[in-house]
This record gives sequence, structure tokens and C-alpha cells, in this order.
Amino acid sequence: MRITRVLSAARVLSTARAGSAARVVGAALLMLGVAVSPAAADSSPSASPSDEDSAPTSAGTSFRTATEVDQGRRATANASTGDYLYWSFPADAGQRPTVNATVKLPDAHASATWQIDVYDGLRRRQACQYGAQTRTAAEDAASVNLSCTLRTVRAWSEPWANDPLPGTYYIRLTTVGLKSADLGLPVSAEVKVDSKDVGGAAAVDGSLAEPLVPGVAVAAKESDEDSDTSVAALSSIEPDDGWASGWWSDRWVWTAMGGVLAALAGVGGYSLTRGWPTRPTRVPPGA
Amino acid sequence: MITRQRLAVGACALLAALTAGIALPAGAFAGEPTGDDAPKVDLVLDVSGSMRARDIDGQTRMAAAKQAFNEVLDATPEEVQLGIRTLGANYPGDDRKTGCKDTEQLYPVGPLDRTEAKTAVATLSPTGWTPIGPALLKAADDLEGGEGSRRIVLISDGEDTCAPLDPCEVAREIAAKGIGLTIDTLGLVPNIKMRQQLSCIAEATGGTYTSVEHTEELTDKVNQLVDRAADPVVTPVAVDGADACAQAPTLKSGLYTDREEFGQHRWYRVDVAPGSELRASVSVAADRRVNPDYGVLLRAVTASGREIVRGESTGTGRTDVMSAGLRYPKAESEDGDKDSGDGSAAEVVCLQVANSFSAASGVKTTPGLPLELTVDVVDGPDTSSDVASFGLGRGWWLLGALVLTGFLAGVLWGWISRWRIAVWRTN
Repeated sequence: MRITRVLSAARVLSTARAGSAARVVGAALLMLGVAVSPAAADSSPSASPSDEDSAPTSAGTSFRTATEVDQGRRATANASTGDYLYWSFPADAGQRPTVNATVKLPDAHASATWQIDVYDGLRRRQACQYGAQTRTAAEDAASVNLSCTLRTVRAWSEPWANDPLPGTYYIRLTTVGLKSADLGLPVSAEVKVDSKDVGGAAAVDGSLAEPLVPGVAVAAKESDEDSDTSVAALSSIEPDDGWASGWWSDRWVWTAMGGVLAALAGVGGYSLTRGWPTRPTRVPPGA
Repeated sequence: MITRQRLAVGACALLAALTAGIALPAGAFAGEPTGDDAPKVDLVLDVSGSMRARDIDGQTRMAAAKQAFNEVLDATPEEVQLGIRTLGANYPGDDRKTGCKDTEQLYPVGPLDRTEAKTAVATLSPTGWTPIGPALLKAADDLEGGEGSRRIVLISDGEDTCAPLDPCEVAREIAAKGIGLTIDTLGLVPNIKMRQQLSCIAEATGGTYTSVEHTEELTDKVNQLVDRAADPVVTPVAVDGADACAQAPTLKSGLYTDREEFGQHRWYRVDVAPGSELRASVSVAADRRVNPDYGVLLRAVTASGREIVRGESTGTGRTDVMSAGLRYPKAESEDGDKDSGDGSAAEVVCLQVANSFSAASGVKTTPGLPLELTVDVVDGPDTSSDVASFGLGRGWWLLGALVLTGFLAGVLWGWISRWRIAVWRTN
């Protein structure tokens, strides 16, 4: 029968197409993703802090005085055992930040427990998904490494939830258990924040009008009044390429690609049932 | 960031000097905080008899301190107003009463003349008692006035010898009195008791305590502390929270500070207009020895007493501060007459701050714990109608489902049109 023959041929054809189509789609998605995401993320002009290589060499002692450090930059500080060291960094939607800290301990010390806590822009403590947030250094240990991987930062959440939101994050590094003989001994600490870009998998609907940056309302008002004078702000840090506007995610590419594929599959399905009767007529006479 | 700012300030100053063509007197550069805003630092140095001990890098404690001071005076940033106060420098006798009043302003807090300050330091020789408490009180007076940050750096080699005035409680009183006054303490070759006392003083004011065994450590630390004073920080506004919402002060966006006693509640009011979002965070600092389990609660309550949202946090173990935060987006008003009433439609939200700190035995409960409140009223968020971003999907399952649906739709459409043609032909 003619129809069955065509059908089986089409089946071979379509499976072959499906395989290559998947590869093509994958490649197209990759290309689109690469081509589009940096352009979309660059929604506000960057202050180009990457020009300077100076990393902070001190740490704050409270939320108010926290030293600002960009992601991917190693901040160091010399301090005393027992100090509470604060840094702040910006985290944007779709990022999953990991805070790494190393404390170099004094030559002679008793065993001490060190801990990092991460707080969001509302000073709410943020849970660590994994990583050694608290670690006890043995008496002969020269240093102790701590790390904390936060949950993925979402663009929006319910006001009653304490999901991580775009904005300033605070790191507090301190010793939580120490012998009083160790109090005040010099230590040096090092922190670095890196984040994994989770991308569209974490994209949610809705967005905040302003990132969770403390003092953002005051800063906005003052910059309206006079932009010449630089005033101390609670937090003036922002990502290298500005805060994401929140409308972009790779879900656009996936959905659009899905639509195209569905349309192609629809045409394919239609022509299967119709056979290929009209096809030879469309071929130019000279072919 | 800060380094960059300083560089920029320096560059501006240089440019200004060049264009003016004259050497401007120091301190008159544009962009530098002068007068009221200048950060003030008072170095309080112990010159008691024990400073004669020769145990820092082979030299006496006094010599080490002098060497450190010389280097610090050289490195002090231009904008910092630095003063020096001594304790136990003048009275060598045995009379406790006189000895415990022995504190003197060696160099007044003000624009720094390095040579003069160094000469003054050079004259010091270890003499008398260690009246830390009285010296701190006087140092706080030295720093009075102005809007800038204030810092006392206390360098001592022994505990206070002037009981019953507990320097730790003095420090707490000072912190409760003045805004933004921090006391950092440095202990030269410390023993247990002194370490406790000095760290207690630091803790009471949000400062740091450092043990010093080498001259270099002393220089680095004092330099670091003076630099820290020069960093611009936001000065909080003092506010007096009420016991109930009805009497509570109304706050706008900003940073506020208050005191809250153990078990006390503090109320504040914030006006939140429809379509805007209230963000509040509160930190209650443990500025004294507290029991190891504690918590802080921040509630947003309507004027009629209904709780809207709360932020809570609890903790255990050693801590400096406990903080909680909340946000409350108020929906746009339903009526649509948003422009008619700009202030009248605003809802009064009461913020209640409670803490469950408890004082360790033998610790004074007054003044209350320092409380820091940040209030931001910003535009409201775009509310979400879908879990996913704009209802979009992603992943291979989505593609598969779409392809399958498209294919089935195509097949179905094809069959229908075949059937219709067949029907048409038969007719």
C-alpha cells in the first residue's frame, strides 16, 4: 500500500529529524543564550569597578560599618580573636552565592570554634544549604576554612517568607567558642564570594521595585536632591553590571523554541496525513 | 571603595591646589569634612608605673608606646581630629584618692600638628595609678560636639586600680549618652583580669579588644583604628520608642537608634502609602554579658492590633548582635483615587520590637541594650500571578510536550481536511 510505505518512510525520516532537531535546538539555545543573556543583563551602566585591583584589606565591626566587597574579589583583614568581622556583598536574582572564609590562627592558641553567618539586606539570617559554616580548629591548626552556600536568590517572594532576594548580603565572621586566654590575639581573615548562575531554572514571576539594599529609600531621595555631594550610605554596593531588571530569563528562549518546534511538528503531522501529493507540483520545472 | 574615594579626594585636592596656584593650608581642601563632620579620635594612654616593665621587643612598654604613637601620628589621615589623653602620668604618690583623679589632656582634640603632638608624647614617663574609668569619662568630654564619628582608643597595661568605679559600666554609660562613640581597647602584655576588663569595655561600646605583645602590632592596630574612624559611616538618629503604639514616634526612612531594656517592648509608627513597601530591620546588641540563649522579635501591627507580618530570630552562644527584619508591601488602593489623597490614605503601621535577652548574673540591667532600627519605605513590588517568570516554561519536557501537541494537532487537522474533501467529493 502506498500510504503505509509513506508512513514508514516518514517515521524513519521523523526519527532522524527528531534526533538532529534536538541537537540543533540545543545548539541554537546555547547560541541564543550566549548571545542574549549578557546583553539583557547589561540593563544599567556599569561603574566599572573591575578597573581597580585593590581588594578591601579591612573588615567592618557591625552591620553599619561592614566593608563592601564585590563578588569574586578576595577581601582580607587583620583582626583580633573575638572581633566580629563584617563584610557585605551584592547578590542578584538567579545567583547562588557561596561564601568562603579562611582564618589564619595565631601561632599558639587553644582550640577555637569559628563561624560565618550570612544575613540578607533586612538583616535576616540566611540558611546555608551546605558547607562548613561552623568549624572547630584544633590546638595545632594553623588555619580554619569555612564555607556557606546560600539558597538561590529569587527575584520575588512572599513577604512572609525569608527567601533570599536581590540586594546586599552581610557576612559575619567570628569565633563563637574561645578560651579567654585567646581573646585579643591577632588573626588574619580572608573571605571570597563566588556565585553560580542558576539561570532560568530559578526565574520567578514578579520583582521588587528596589533591591533589598538598606538605606535605599534615603539614598534615592538624596541623589534626587543633590548628586554632587557624596554622603555616607548604609550600603552603596551593587553588582558590576547593575541590578537585573528581572524580565529576562532563558525561559523566553525555551518557550519560543518550543513554539517553533510545535509549529514544525504540526506542519509535519498535517503533511503526513495528506501524503505528499502536492509536492511535485511545487518543484520548479527545470529541477 | 574607600581607598578609591580617598584617592579621588586626594586628586581633587591636588587639582584644586594646582589651579589655585597657591599652597592651600592643610585642612582647607575641598571635599574634606571640616568642622562639624570631622571624625574625632582620642588616644588614651596609660602612663602608670607598670609601663616601666621591659617586656615588649626588649624595650619598655612606654618606649614601645612612644614609638607606636610617633608612627601613628605620621600616618593619621588629614581629616581626622586627633587628641591624646594620659592617665596616671603626673601623681607618683600613694594617696589613692589623688591618684585616681590623675588624668590629663596631653594634646587637645583638633586639627593635628604632628610636631607638637610628638613633642608632647616624648615628655611622658611612667609614673602613677591606672584610673581607667575617670579617664574614659574625661575622654568622652574631650570628644564632645560635632556630628562626625567619635572613637576612643584606650591603651593600657593593667587593670583599673580605682574600684569601685567599674570602667566597664562607665563605658556603657558613655555609650548610652553619646551617639556613635566607640571605645577600642588595647592591652599591653595582658593578664586574665585585665583582658576581661578591657574586652568588657570594648564590648559595651561596640569596639574591639586587642592583645599586644609587639611594637609593630601596636602601631598597626592603632593605625587601623584611626583609619576606621576616618571611614564615612551613617550616623543614626536617636529616637525614643514608646511602650504602646498610640504614643509611638512616627518614623520616616532612615537609620535610628534607641535603647531597650531586658524584656521591654519598644513601639514605633511608620506611615505606609498604598502601593509602597515598608522594609524594617532591627538589631539589638548584646553590650554586656548575657545568658547564652536569646532572641529578637520585630512585628508589624495595624493600628487596631492585627499582626501583619513578623520577623524573628533566635540564637545561642556568643554574639554581638541579634537582628530581625520584615517587609510589608501595601497593595494599591482599590478605589483608584490614588492621586486625591496623598498622605491621608497612608496606613499607620506599628512596629514592635521585643527581645528575649537576659542578663547574666551580677550584670547591671540599665541602661538598656542598644537598638538599631532601619526603616525604608520604597515602591511596592510587582506582584506575582504565576510561579514561573511570566508563566514561561523551560526544559526538555516542555519542548517534548509542545512538539507532541503540535504534531497531534497537525495530524488531526490533516485528517479533518481529508475527511472534508472526501465528503465534498462524494457530494
